[in-house]
Amino acid sequence: MKKLAFIIVGFCFGIIMYKSEAASWFRIYEMFRFESFHMYGIMGTALAFGVLFVHLIKRFHIKTFSGETITIAPKEKSITRYLVGGIIFGLGWALVGACPGPIFVLIGAGYLPVIIVFLAAVFGTFLYGLVREKLPH
Amino acid sequence: MDFLFQPWPWYVSGFLIALTMLILLLMGKRFGMSSNLRTFCAACGAGKASDFFKFNWRDDVWNLLIVVGAMLGGYFASHYLSQGDMPLISEATIASLQDLNISATNQYVPVELFSLESMTNIKTLAILIIGGILVGFGARYAGGCTSGHAISGLSNLQLPSLIAVVGFFIGGLIMVHLLYPLIF
Repeated sequence: MKKLAFIIVGFCFGIIMYKSEAASWFRIYEMFRFESFHMYGIMGTALAFGVLFVHLIKRFHIKTFSGETITIAPKEKSITRYLVGGIIFGLGWALVGACPGPIFVLIGAGYLPVIIVFLAAVFGTFLYGLVREKLPH
Repeated sequence: MDFLFQPWPWYVSGFLIALTMLILLLMGKRFGMSSNLRTFCAACGAGKASDFFKFNWRDDVWNLLIVVGAMLGGYFASHYLSQGDMPLISEATIASLQDLNISATNQYVPVELFSLESMTNIKTLAILIIGGILVGFGARYAGGCTSGHAISGLSNLQLPSLIAVVGFFIGGLIMVHLLYPLIF
């Protein structure tokens, strides 16, 4: 039953990504050229409500459906890994016009070449696992 | 019902993305799509090559189910909730596509990059492979992608996520403004 709930959440997320056009290469390209408000509007609205939701969870100690406390572990402090990792990610995001979520959405939508992007992203993750000890974090 | 078939406005989409994050928090989970790439590696036995992949990936099966759902959602939205139209991007963006030799045809994503015919082109293949590697490597190095940092992390007002998002944009701007003219 709980498994089905996750599939349904993913299903809704997939529809949202596709219909918001956040999964389209054209929109990502346009965003990085600052030629439309669309993507900034999506992220701005998501953030405004996101900040509100997280604030309400903390303020009223809202628990999970199964009654557990919601704790959001803070990320470890660093600048290098977030900045350098972020730049590497941004280069790829702008090149293929898809971040990890939309990659799956596009494959489902039938754009089969995106499978290549997916396999390459898995390989990129594997590469990171191999060299992470040598990277500054 | 017609509004369902039109592209959804940014304020509806943005709200629904935040709602997705909220529901996952209430389910005791975290909104983060790139973690799945690490889970795939672990499930494929990458733990033999690096300790980074030595964890009980079965604990993250819920996230793989999200992926299954997202693929089904993509299929449903493209087949039953739209006409496969090209996003209504700005005139200026359409004009700039000419310089890249990318056609503004009636497609959700450019045919030059994402059609089966274009897969015979070595350059297109290289773009998809290199882009994918950068996305996978960068997301793990930064500890998250657009969902984990730009939505979840910033919603929690985490400084590391802000640094990561600034990085995302530095990388994206370098790619589109400096590297695109060399690539396309």
